[in-house]
Amino acid sequence: MSHAALLTLLAPLAGFLVLLTLKKDSSERLVGTIATGAVALSFLFALITWVGLEGRSSREVTVTLFGWISTGSLHAPVALLIDPLSVTMMLFVTGVSALIHLYSTAYMHAERDYRKFFAYLNLFVFSMLVLVMADNLVMTFVGWEGVGVCSYWLVAFYYDRDSAASAGKKAFVYNRVGDLGLLIAMFILFSHQTGLGYLQIAASASSHLSGAAATWVVLALLLGASGKSAQIPLFNWLPDAMEGPTPVSALIHAATMVTAGVYLLVRLAPVLALSSGGRTTIAVVGALTAFVAATIATSQKDIKKVLAFSTVSQIGYMVLAVGVGAYGAAIFLMVAHAFFKALLFLGSGSVIHALDGEQDLRRMGALSLVLPWTYPTFLVGWLAISGLPPFSGFFAKGAVLTGAYAHNKTLWALGVVTAVLTAYYMTRLFVLTFRGRARYRESLGHEPHESPLPMVAPLVVLAVAATLAGALDLPWVHQHTLDTFITSTVGVNASSVGVSSTGQWTLALIDAVVGLIGLSAAFALWRSNAVQPSLEPRFLERVWFWDDAYDRVLGRPLTRVATETSHVDDVVVDRLVEGVAGRVGASAAGVKKVQTGLVRHYALGMTLGVSLIVVYLVARVG
Amino acid sequence: MHSSWWIGALLLLPLVGALLVSLSRRDSVNARRAALAISGAEFLLAVVTALLYNGHVAQASTWDFAAKWVVSAPLGLSYNVALDGISVALVLLSTFVALVAMAADRTARREPAYLVWQLLSLEFTVGAFVAHDLLLFFIFFELVLVPSYFMVSGWGGSGARRAAMKFFLYTFAGSAPALVAVIYLGVLHQHEAGGALTFDYSALSSTVMTTSQAVGIFLGLALAFAVKAPLWPLHSWSPATYGEAPVAAGAQLAATLSKLGTYGLLRFALPLAPLAVKEVTPVLLVLAVIAILYGSLVAAVAQDLRRLLVFSSVAQMGFITLGVMSGSQLALTGAVVLMVVHGVATVGLFVLIGALERRRGSARLDDVRGLQGSLPVLGGFVTVVAFTTIGVPGLGGFVGEFLILLGAFGVHPAYAAIATLGTVGAAVYWLWAYQRAFHGPASDTSGDLVDATTTERLLLWPVVVLVVALGVLPAPLLSRVSPSVQQIVAHVTPSGVSR
Repeated sequence: MSHAALLTLLAPLAGFLVLLTLKKDSSERLVGTIATGAVALSFLFALITWVGLEGRSSREVTVTLFGWISTGSLHAPVALLIDPLSVTMMLFVTGVSALIHLYSTAYMHAERDYRKFFAYLNLFVFSMLVLVMADNLVMTFVGWEGVGVCSYWLVAFYYDRDSAASAGKKAFVYNRVGDLGLLIAMFILFSHQTGLGYLQIAASASSHLSGAAATWVVLALLLGASGKSAQIPLFNWLPDAMEGPTPVSALIHAATMVTAGVYLLVRLAPVLALSSGGRTTIAVVGALTAFVAATIATSQKDIKKVLAFSTVSQIGYMVLAVGVGAYGAAIFLMVAHAFFKALLFLGSGSVIHALDGEQDLRRMGALSLVLPWTYPTFLVGWLAISGLPPFSGFFAKGAVLTGAYAHNKTLWALGVVTAVLTAYYMTRLFVLTFRGRARYRESLGHEPHESPLPMVAPLVVLAVAATLAGALDLPWVHQHTLDTFITSTVGVNASSVGVSSTGQWTLALIDAVVGLIGLSAAFALWRSNAVQPSLEPRFLERVWFWDDAYDRVLGRPLTRVATETSHVDDVVVDRLVEGVAGRVGASAAGVKKVQTGLVRHYALGMTLGVSLIVVYLVARVG
Repeated sequence: MHSSWWIGALLLLPLVGALLVSLSRRDSVNARRAALAISGAEFLLAVVTALLYNGHVAQASTWDFAAKWVVSAPLGLSYNVALDGISVALVLLSTFVALVAMAADRTARREPAYLVWQLLSLEFTVGAFVAHDLLLFFIFFELVLVPSYFMVSGWGGSGARRAAMKFFLYTFAGSAPALVAVIYLGVLHQHEAGGALTFDYSALSSTVMTTSQAVGIFLGLALAFAVKAPLWPLHSWSPATYGEAPVAAGAQLAATLSKLGTYGLLRFALPLAPLAVKEVTPVLLVLAVIAILYGSLVAAVAQDLRRLLVFSSVAQMGFITLGVMSGSQLALTGAVVLMVVHGVATVGLFVLIGALERRRGSARLDDVRGLQGSLPVLGGFVTVVAFTTIGVPGLGGFVGEFLILLGAFGVHPAYAAIATLGTVGAAVYWLWAYQRAFHGPASDTSGDLVDATTTERLLLWPVVVLVVALGVLPAPLLSRVSPSVQQIVAHVTPSGVSR
């Protein structure tokens, strides 16, 4: 089993290395087969690992490969921790990645740097697996930064477009700000001798960390999570990241990387357990992000931007779940979201592909008639995210909201309002894309066409998964669910839901009803008219002026300070040093050959300096 | 203990090389071949020495290859050399940098004089790192100025003479108090211990002194080191000097000579005046943190890759100083790792600057644009250098920065927390610079540029391999450095922090 786990990790790395050594003019078929094959193999090994873990009595297996940074009191080995949480992550990460690789083989057809694209993609999967399989925080940080680097490369993939280059940089820098949090969390833990291994932390956190220290760690982790998982206050890099190719948006900026923050918080549940203040902060940040992002999603005109803000909002739900201690629900929504959001992104990619790169919802419409595969699969994704039974989103979001209800009614209410908004903006997107008038005819010269098989097949698989994933954790089943599986991870205790059976049914009913309300409202409002400024206020379209505020408060002042400092630095050099140099130069100018004179002058000074020691010492000894 | 001949050979080889090359005619292919062969041999010798070095044996004395031979008893001058884990790492770095820098510099590659200065610079640098004697160290430390001065002024850019003069004045002025401190310490030791005057490192480190004497000695030494590193605010010679230096000289200055400063602080200032540490630490920590933020800030608006390198180095030197002064063993180990990694990355960056300047006439960021399409391989090399400076794990820079911050946080959490901001700063200035030079639409002329040549690849691949190796498998370096650092920490803070 430990071999299978290791192979899960190494398969995409091998793919990456093989792709690097391939010749520049290798055929797309060869490149695509290697890349997709490597990730598919990885998925297979993940399955074997899972079966292996199920057959064991011990729930966690550590596989130590080699000592990495080991000096003094620090021991950060390269070691894997295979337990229910990491296996769950491995399974959906490799599964969804394999499908998106397959999709990309056709989507990226005839693009420049085809080979490089897949090399990055394989390296991304490897990094993501390092992140979730690491047995300690330092190694997780390797994956954490690795996915950030791959994200940078892939967002800026169309590097000759200034917007893409800027978006890549912005994504990386925002993540770096979050990483401050993760680094500081590590420093605090280490200075309290908890060690940096997850099992060590789980064992020693309660005895080594005071309440205040635990709160600092949790807040620092939250900063890290808000960078990687695009939460307030660092969420606004994610919409820009849509500059990357659409499969990248689906894989990195929806299904996998952006959920890493949630994973990390769940992984460090033993520390979260020590700080109720920290947990409340997490819950509030999650609920607020979910709400704010959902409001913004109602007014975006770019199909991918809507989906991006939707992702921010959905991750907000996951963070909310973590904050209220519903760890199982957080992972449940993460898995379900990976299916339906990857489906929606790949579906939108298929739409964009059909319309020759068009992303503006105002120039779409009536595509249900020409996209016989994309349309029904997208419909499934839409219903799933809108939270309608029996699709997976209904159960997953329901689990989160039930957890919130048990903990804090206000946050639950905010979650319910967000659910209405979710159904609303997704229905708006759905209607504007697939129903109504064919508005694309004005700009598109030809009839749109359905995508080829390698793009359609993943849509079908994901649609099936998005439909059925609810079965992972049905509310009336209490054994062998995803929740019981996850919460058997060390330190991740089962949340006592504290809501009666009747209560749960009532909550479920409310979820379904609010979903329908949002959905019908959007249908009624957007069925006939694609341009309605009154429903898309500038405040929401401009993302609550979030970017403008950062630019005004941080960006511009800092640039000004930097420019001024740089200038002052030069002036100080001029005044002080060159002044002195000038005076010496003037005195040396008396010598006919100025240059040689100077050289001699200094060589002389040099000799004098060293001989000064000699003179002094001789004098002393004498 | 290994034979002391290893160090003797390390010191003899560049000297013989310089002599040989100086005998050859102008514009001679053979002079260059000979100089390269000597540098290569010196590097191999350093590799073997590093492999033989016994630092990894537990409990063993960390000094190896020692030799002592009194040159002049009345003057206290001796040939007194030895290597420990720290100096072995830095000797290895110096020889690597010298070899790559020499091979990369194509401006005056066949001029024997230029090659002689390069070999002498290597000679003096290695001499300073192997010195087990304060006076011997100081002599090498000062001598190294001479080749740097002549290389910059003779083969640099249009403003090189002024720049070289500024550099010379600055460093020379910084050294005067150090000279006084060296002599004062020697005399103090003789007064107290009796016997002949000596500057032997081990002897001097047990000198008994008052706190104010210690502070005086520390500050005298530290001033010279701070100028050389350079540490903020004494860095202002470096923009002009690094801006005008020819590739080989700039690489040697920025990659290895700068380390003489931080090495001096770690090797001499701290252990020879331990009583001063408590007094001066807050000052140096503040300066280090300012250096990190200031360097990052100014690097962000740099219009030129050379200027970016200058201020990026100011920030990196800030990290190293933070590590050295934190009193934590982890952080000190990290500081040595970062010295090595910064050296390797910097010589790589100078090779890249040379490559861009050869193609575009300058390394200004606003007249190079959209290079990604025509120079993807060179862009990849720049990315590696950038990411190691940013501290992306898996590359060497992370190991150094992480150990420094992790260790320093345990002792001085506030300083370490603020310093951590520097990891964001590095991402800002590097990615912004990369975007300006490589991303965006290609300019009209960039289409005909030739990507990395075979020579450039041959020089840059070792840099990449080293940076990755130090990031993935730092154990061989850590196992050598850590015990030596442990001895310094134990000496400086007998009852102090052990983490």
